[in-house]
Amino acid sequence: MFAEISLFPEQASTAARRVDALLAFMLSVSTLICLLIFGLIIVFSIKYRRRPGNEHPPRIAGSNTLETIWTAIPTVVGLVMFVWGVEVYLYIVRPPQDAMEVYVVAKQWMWKIQHPEGQREINELHVPVGQPVKVTLTSEDVIHNFSVPAFRMKIDVLPNRYVQTWFQATKTGRYHLFCSQYCGVSHSGMVGTVVVMKPEQYQAWLTSHAEGSIALEGRKLFLKYQCVSCHSADSFARAPVLEGLYGHEVRLQDGRTVLADAAYIRKSIFNPDADIVAGFEPIMPSFQGQITEEELLKLIAFIKALGPGQTPKRIDQSLPPVAEPKAKQPAQPKPSQGGAPKPPARESPKPAFGAGPKPPANAGPRP
Amino acid sequence: MSTLVSPAPAPAPQPAAAPKNYLNVAYGLKSWLLTTDHKRIAILYLVTISLMFILGGLAASLIRMELITPDGNLVEAQTYNQLFSAHGIIMVWFFLIPSIPTVMGNFVIPMMIGARDLAFPRLNLASWYIFVLGAAVVLWTILRGGVDTGWTFYPPYSTSSSYTNVIPVAAGILISGFSSILTGLNFVVTVHRMRAPGMTWFRLPLFIWSLYATSIILILATPVLAMVLLLVAVERITGFGIFDPALNGDPLLFQHLFWFYSHPAVYIMVLPAMGVVSEVFPCFARKNIFGYRFVAFASVAIAVFGFLVWGHHMFVAGQSAYAAMTFSVLSYLVAVPSAIKVFNWTATLYKGSIAFDAPMLYAIGFIAMFTMGGLTGLFLACLGLDIHVHDTYFVIAHFHFIMVGGMVMGYMSALHFWWPKMTGRKYPEGWGRLAALTIFFGFLMTFLPQFLLGYEGMPRRYYHYPPEFQVLNVMSSAGATILGAGYVLPLLYLLWSLKYGKPAGPNPWGATGLEWQTRSPPPTDNFEVTPTVTTEPYNYSQEEVPRGG
Repeated sequence: MFAEISLFPEQASTAARRVDALLAFMLSVSTLICLLIFGLIIVFSIKYRRRPGNEHPPRIAGSNTLETIWTAIPTVVGLVMFVWGVEVYLYIVRPPQDAMEVYVVAKQWMWKIQHPEGQREINELHVPVGQPVKVTLTSEDVIHNFSVPAFRMKIDVLPNRYVQTWFQATKTGRYHLFCSQYCGVSHSGMVGTVVVMKPEQYQAWLTSHAEGSIALEGRKLFLKYQCVSCHSADSFARAPVLEGLYGHEVRLQDGRTVLADAAYIRKSIFNPDADIVAGFEPIMPSFQGQITEEELLKLIAFIKALGPGQTPKRIDQSLPPVAEPKAKQPAQPKPSQGGAPKPPARESPKPAFGAGPKPPANAGPRP
Repeated sequence: MSTLVSPAPAPAPQPAAAPKNYLNVAYGLKSWLLTTDHKRIAILYLVTISLMFILGGLAASLIRMELITPDGNLVEAQTYNQLFSAHGIIMVWFFLIPSIPTVMGNFVIPMMIGARDLAFPRLNLASWYIFVLGAAVVLWTILRGGVDTGWTFYPPYSTSSSYTNVIPVAAGILISGFSSILTGLNFVVTVHRMRAPGMTWFRLPLFIWSLYATSIILILATPVLAMVLLLVAVERITGFGIFDPALNGDPLLFQHLFWFYSHPAVYIMVLPAMGVVSEVFPCFARKNIFGYRFVAFASVAIAVFGFLVWGHHMFVAGQSAYAAMTFSVLSYLVAVPSAIKVFNWTATLYKGSIAFDAPMLYAIGFIAMFTMGGLTGLFLACLGLDIHVHDTYFVIAHFHFIMVGGMVMGYMSALHFWWPKMTGRKYPEGWGRLAALTIFFGFLMTFLPQFLLGYEGMPRRYYHYPPEFQVLNVMSSAGATILGAGYVLPLLYLLWSLKYGKPAGPNPWGATGLEWQTRSPPPTDNFEVTPTVTTEPYNYSQEEVPRGG
């Protein structure tokens, strides 16, 4: 009738051992405290129960010594728990530099996952064992939560923002992925599976699901949305050159400098007027509601991979500012991860905004 | 009693009639609905919140029944979401928060400090009407489907995604908040201005200290809840972006504001129960309380520190690591005054003369549950561990230990302790003890498995779940059945005792405290003569307190 009884979750990541050790410590201390208090109450209850002869107990006002002891000890014990907790916390929230990356877009009620090499999955995440995996997450609608109990990891996934966490699986197998932040009627249906594979199996899986790298997909979008008509890296450029931008400081018109990271690129696409680069006019329209979260991740991957001389040339006829019919084979963006097939020879940009995705689900309240 | 009878020798008609008390001084609906007597208002609240407890409990029963099987098969997913939302909203705002303050506080605060009534009797009645209005709005909305946001109303789900009646429910909660604020204000002024001659601050019973601290929180925290609910309504109605990122709002702003109220709200619930234990332990151990001043100031410390720890609800929500560390260490500090209280209560038993009547059993139950709930709170305050157990059944179990195990136990203890004073009758002691034990073990069986469920990773608010979680869920539901039976028992025997209970006499427990020096039930003015206080409270050891009855 029942599935196999399990009273303790699988220990399948490097964090899991640390969290469970911390749990063991907390449990031991708590059990000791419980035994002390409950033991005293039980002993007193038996020894000093009311019976003939003890109906007039002595008066005991209190004891400053005891008060000091039972103020100081809980404080010290609490601080030890705090420090150990911080240590484990910092381990869990700080991704190592060499981690491979995975992108996750949450929406009501599914997990959409993209690998840098372009493989896409829904409600499944394939990862290799023994390798740190950095997960970058965002949501298309409400707050979700990406949690894998076997890895002892959990993070709220917020709309309009990137959050990051990481894990390193230590055991192959299939593990639950839960949405742990209530997100509507099918909240409990927003579950998936993390499949941890041996590295060679993982490589095989990657190959069999290859679709073209995520940066390459981003390049297509760069053309499709006519980003290239202004960010053109040629004499007609009316917007900053994006080559080699990622990870560098950008000087803004108002004198600030900001780091060009994923959050900055996202903001610049959805809310271009927020940070105007020094020397440019605020002419860029917002693409909020036209570019989906998944497309945005591809664009970011493209910009991240974009090296000197790799900006595609404007190739077609229909662009409003300048018509430049020199259709040449565009330079290949050379994404950092390998395995990308050749770019399509001709990428004819469609009318940009026609086929745009629907705006996010939250179109307004309906009381 | 002589004050009530005219000084002229009364003619024959009522020679042996019992002296008038607050219950038989007038009859009829009007005499209740227009009363300004704090004791009658307490009874009005008792009836109201008992009804709310039953409704909230019914929702909980349906939830536990649904969770017996991994698949959703009793109610629809949407109905399930509305059930747990209704359960949380009713229990938090219409039972736990008002329970001890409005029923027990209303009834005994004036008597404990030797006053005739609260400082503002009409405001007190108005508070009840406001509370009933808020409750009516919420219940009416729940009958029309309620909300599916949970009691936490997190945006952007609540502002832009939920199709349910968020605004009416928020309005009901907002209205009831005014009742909280007015009650808190009334208590604070009463404690400052209405104390009998000789009732200095350090002669106050600890129940008064607890409710004083509670009232401060009610006054300071509730307005923030009002703000945040209003902002949710504004965003829903006008589409003006406050919390929804799609409108350039910030969803974390909501969480900060919400928990700035809702964490102190936990102490609104549990501080009064601590006050009850501080009354019941000395009485049934026949000892003065150990470390009176430490227990008193611990209440104040909890009230103050309680305002500084709200961020521990947001460790995985996207706040900075520095904020998380700050809130974590402050959360450990707020545990210290709670620990001080537990140790002092335990030490009060030392060399006592302990009797195990129902109020004492409930009070011991409170300490057991509160200790376990508090210690598991340390697990949640621990950053590295919280990441894993956050938003799982571990959290559910933890706060039910504090709120149901702790606070409801305290409420039951208070209800049994002061029941003879309120009604003039004794409840049947055997049944009382049986119910206390049933609730204790039913509760443990319901919520201990949920700690395991949570550590295994079962998220909260799940309508269906992976099959390996079933065994523990079945255990929990079985425990809930016992717990439910435990709650039905007092309802039956307390009602029975109204008519058939033995007359209690003024002081059935042999307790100190001014409320026991007047008749049961007390006269409308509480005391025939304003009492004068000459000793500290809990003076059990120095002289034999005469037992009435």
